[in-house]
Order: sequence, then C-alpha cells, then structure tokens
Amino acid sequence: MGINWVQFTPGSSLLGGLLIGASAGLFLLALGRIAGIAGLIARPILATIQGKFGASERVSLAFVTGLVMASWIWRLFAALPSVAIPEKTGATLIAGLLVGVGVRMGNGCTSGHGICGLSRLSMRSFVNVCAFMVAGMVTVYWLKHL
Amino acid sequence: MKEIIATLLGVLFGIGLMLSGMTDPDKVRGFLDVAGSWDPSLALVMVGGISLAAIGYIAASGRSRSWMGERIDIPTNNIIDRRLILGGLLFGAGWGIGGMCPGPALVNLGAGYRGAAIFVVAMVAGMLVHDQLSKWMANRNS
Repeated sequence: MGINWVQFTPGSSLLGGLLIGASAGLFLLALGRIAGIAGLIARPILATIQGKFGASERVSLAFVTGLVMASWIWRLFAALPSVAIPEKTGATLIAGLLVGVGVRMGNGCTSGHGICGLSRLSMRSFVNVCAFMVAGMVTVYWLKHL
Repeated sequence: MKEIIATLLGVLFGIGLMLSGMTDPDKVRGFLDVAGSWDPSLALVMVGGISLAAIGYIAASGRSRSWMGERIDIPTNNIIDRRLILGGLLFGAGWGIGGMCPGPALVNLGAGYRGAAIFVVAMVAGMLVHDQLSKWMANRNS
C-alpha cells in the first residue's frame, strides 16, 4: 500500500485530461453532441443494421475515425508512447465482451459518464462512475493480490 | 464540414488519451490498484477533463443551438436503476481485466496492436449481444 511515485505522471496526465475535456466541450458547443465514446461507437453500427444511418451517425462515425487516427497524427511529431497491450487472447476477449455489454447496459463509459456526466453534475453518471470504479478496483485486487 | 470538425475533435480526444496515460493498460491497472502500489495519475485526467468539459457544458446550456446549428443534445434521463449499476459493474470488471475502456481501445487499434483489435471486436460483439437480448426481453415482457 502507498503511492507509486515512480510511475506518477501528474503533468502529462493533467494535460492529456485538458485535451480530452477541450474535445468534449467543443463537441457539445460546435455540434451539440455528448462525447461518450461507447455511444459514438454503438450508434452508427446499430443504425446500419436497422438501415437508419443518417447525418447524426455520420458525425459519430467521424469522431470515432478521429480516435483511430490519433496515433497516426501523433507519429508525425513524436514516437508513440509505449503501452503494454495484453497478449492473452482469452482474457482480452472476456474483457472486451464485459466492456461492450456493460457500457450498453449502463448507457456510457469513462467518457460519457466519467467526463461529460460528472462535468454537468449528473447523479446518474456519478452512480455509474462509482460502480465502474469499485468493480475495476475489486477486479485488479483480485487479479494482482489473490 | 460537421464530419471534418468531428474527426478533428476525435483526433484531439485521442491525443489527449495517449498523453494522459489512459491508453496504457498497465497505467490503468496501476490506477485501479489502490491496495497495492497506487499510481494516482489518472485521477488528474478526470480533473483536467471534467474542468474543461464543464466550461463547455455551461457555455452550451445557455444556447439553443450549437455553433453548427444543431439542437444541443444534453441527456435528460435521470433514472437510477439496476441496469445503470450492473452495467457500471460489468464495465469496470472488463476495464480492470483488459486495462482499456472504449476510447483507448480505438486509439490502440489505430496504432496497430493485435490485442486492441481483439478487444474492439469483442466489445462490439458485447454491445450487439446486449442490445439484442434487451430487445428480446422487452418483447417477451410486453
């Protein structure tokens, strides 16, 4: 128990958060939309299945495309940050499934509830954030310490 | 034009995720590992993100239309139910196991990681399974 000062990156994490918040704030101001990534991924897919892909889905898909392209733009200016992507296919599949089901059931993720919802003091988002933080902490405790 | 703005904002969001450390599953698990050697960095992502998103929200709530002329689509649902909590619990468990939430998964997919591609396929499958099941249950109950 204790704080891991070696891994602590307050400057870049705060700055990264400000960029995320700027994007979310501008998405609402410029296009009237909430930057909830889970919803932005799901809506164009569901609309395509139902044959109802329209202007709003095009905007969702465009934002999602921007997320996929972010590392390409980054690479023009600097080396990509090193990230430890899990190699175990089984665990990754389970994790992805849980995230997919969970964000649809709870209607949002770290961005929609965590950033956008909390920024407008939504009690609904606060409850969801508490649920995913507690579950995340318990899961990591279980994986690392038991 | 709207699509171009949305793409640029997606890139900005993604670069923010990369800079913040949210795209590194080890960093995420370090943040969730409050009982071990805790790395509080990602709490600062929330602080930075919420502060600017709040300014956007306050500015937007005084307007009837967005800059591009759309209706400003702020959620009005305030129901706190079992689905909201169970959904959060399932999402949090998956976040703890994989170390990725939806945004970072897409960024890592773009960076070409095989594990991120598997994660995104499973996540989209999970979304579709959930929506099909809930539609089926709603039909059965009506």
